Amino acid sequence: MTQVSDALGPAAPTTPDPDAVGSGGLWHSAWRRLRRNPAAIAGAAIVALFLLVAVFAPLIAPGQPGVPLPNSGVTPSSVPGPSPGHPLGLDSPGTDLLTQLVYGARQSLLIGVVSTALGLAGGAVLGVLAGGLGGWVDVVVMRVVDILLSIPSLLLAVSVAAVLGQRPVSVMIAIAVAQVPIFARLLRGSMLAQRGSDYVLAVHSLGVRRRTVVMSHLLPNSLGPVIVQATLTLATAIIEVAALSYLGLGDSNPSTAEWGRMLVNAQSRLSTDPHLALWPGFCIAVTALGFTLFGEALREALDPKGRK
Amino acid sequence: MLSFVVRRLLLLVPVLAGLVVLLFAWLRALPGDPARALLGQRATPASIAQVNAAYGFDQPLPVQFVTYVGKLLRGDLGSSSATGQPVLQSFLDRFPATIELALAALVFAVALGVPLGYAAARRAGGALDSLLVGGSLLGVTIPVFFLAYLLKIVFSQWLPLLPTSGRQDPRIDATHVTGFFVLDGLLTREWDASLDALVHLVLPGIALGTIPLAIIVRITRASVLEVLGEDHVRTARAKGLPRGLVSRRHVLRNALLPVVTTIGLQTGLLFSGAVLTESVFAINGIGSYLFQAISQLDYAVLQGFILFIALTYALVNLVVDLLYGVIDPRVRLS
Repeated sequence: MTQVSDALGPAAPTTPDPDAVGSGGLWHSAWRRLRRNPAAIAGAAIVALFLLVAVFAPLIAPGQPGVPLPNSGVTPSSVPGPSPGHPLGLDSPGTDLLTQLVYGARQSLLIGVVSTALGLAGGAVLGVLAGGLGGWVDVVVMRVVDILLSIPSLLLAVSVAAVLGQRPVSVMIAIAVAQVPIFARLLRGSMLAQRGSDYVLAVHSLGVRRRTVVMSHLLPNSLGPVIVQATLTLATAIIEVAALSYLGLGDSNPSTAEWGRMLVNAQSRLSTDPHLALWPGFCIAVTALGFTLFGEALREALDPKGRK
Repeated sequence: MLSFVVRRLLLLVPVLAGLVVLLFAWLRALPGDPARALLGQRATPASIAQVNAAYGFDQPLPVQFVTYVGKLLRGDLGSSSATGQPVLQSFLDRFPATIELALAALVFAVALGVPLGYAAARRAGGALDSLLVGGSLLGVTIPVFFLAYLLKIVFSQWLPLLPTSGRQDPRIDATHVTGFFVLDGLLTREWDASLDALVHLVLPGIALGTIPLAIIVRITRASVLEVLGEDHVRTARAKGLPRGLVSRRHVLRNALLPVVTTIGLQTGLLFSGAVLTESVFAINGIGSYLFQAISQLDYAVLQGFILFIALTYALVNLVVDLLYGVIDPRVRLS
């Protein structure tokens, strides 16, 4: 990095330019540390596997989701076990268990990514307003965030889902709303920390407009913790989708395969066919673990204190 | 000290006021008109008119808001649309069960989490440390109700050692004084009833306490690691103080501050976790009450629950701040 850019702080290009950021900067060294961390590799492997399954679900799954098989052989006391056409057997509505699991990955990915993106966007707007402008805007925004944080996120999601009614989008919005205060507080804190730093004072003294300072200097340099949080939030979102399903507020359309609802359906057969609950529960836990492992490793890699 | 408590309680007022405004707006935003939302399945033209009159939903919005706040201040959280019972009374009846469960979970999490986190930090980088760090990650990512299912499957079928449902064996004819079954047994000297209630708490306590346990292990580990590297610990060792004394007085005591904060912040998690845990283990607390309320879209209960939890959360965190002064005399509460 050159002398000038050192005085102006870490590289913060206005346009996304991976080469400029990567040249010995924060992200480049973070990437190097990530590759050496076994937890990061394990997390990334789980996430990659999950993404592949979700994207290529139609190629992997042996059947169609949500379609009960004729003469499935499901009785009130038992479900058919593994057979050549159905490697994991059938689940209680008479659909192929593996198909449901594979398409469930797709649903989790969809809801997780959309809700995290929405929550991040909402939190970013509030956080940038509060942290970038300061003053009374900061006070008002942060009081609202405090109030929202005093409600447990699951209950916040439940309240929003109750207002929106049982539609597929309402689960995404409900989970997103529960994430907004977390992102808002994080981004504000991280921007406040930047605001007093030397390079920001330098940019100010050069006469750069406030909006430019916020958008091209404060925001890009506050993104590290936000990206970490977003990765960790994906894990929470996947668990919360299942919890909302369990509470009866999930997407009620039987043709969409969803891990949370599979768990709920398995509840009545817990004593006879525990595998119906074990498989979807295992998928939720492992996927969430993957995102958490990767997010934690990313946090360590981006932490300047950990740099050698 | 007293002025600190009073000022903290006063600071609660704007947060709670904001919450009340938010909940009022939420009630108005529910699909359909608010009377119908509050009444749910009991809605008849006559009852709707009655609720409209009682809550003043036919009045202008500002008047409605004042009426609503007035009712809240008198402790009237409305009544359940499913049962018609006053929400506050139902909460108070069921609260002991939830507190008992939350305490069991907290005891499990703290009693196991602090020593484990400490042990991990003392052998940082070792096999035990890796195991605990990995285990705590798994502990945070396993869904509460899935863990509850797992425990229920294992202990009801393969290892029938512990009860998997209810708060007490119905065959025990216990006298209930306070609603806290373990305490009741002690008060009335019905030891077997007390023991039975305690045994019933084991599995739900583990299910609810696992996430806090994982978090406490991680926070304790990080905090102990930080304190271990500080100068005063090296000095204490250098002057030849016994190892145990250094651990207890110099390391653990200094490391506990962030841990105590974390424990306070778990309150919300314990309550929302109770909604899932209580319903799996058939415990008749406010969690399972809310579970039913959600499935019946019983808004008055949900609204009261949120207010109730926000207040409890704020009070618990006030107590946590007061505990700071006890743990660390340098923290002046002023």
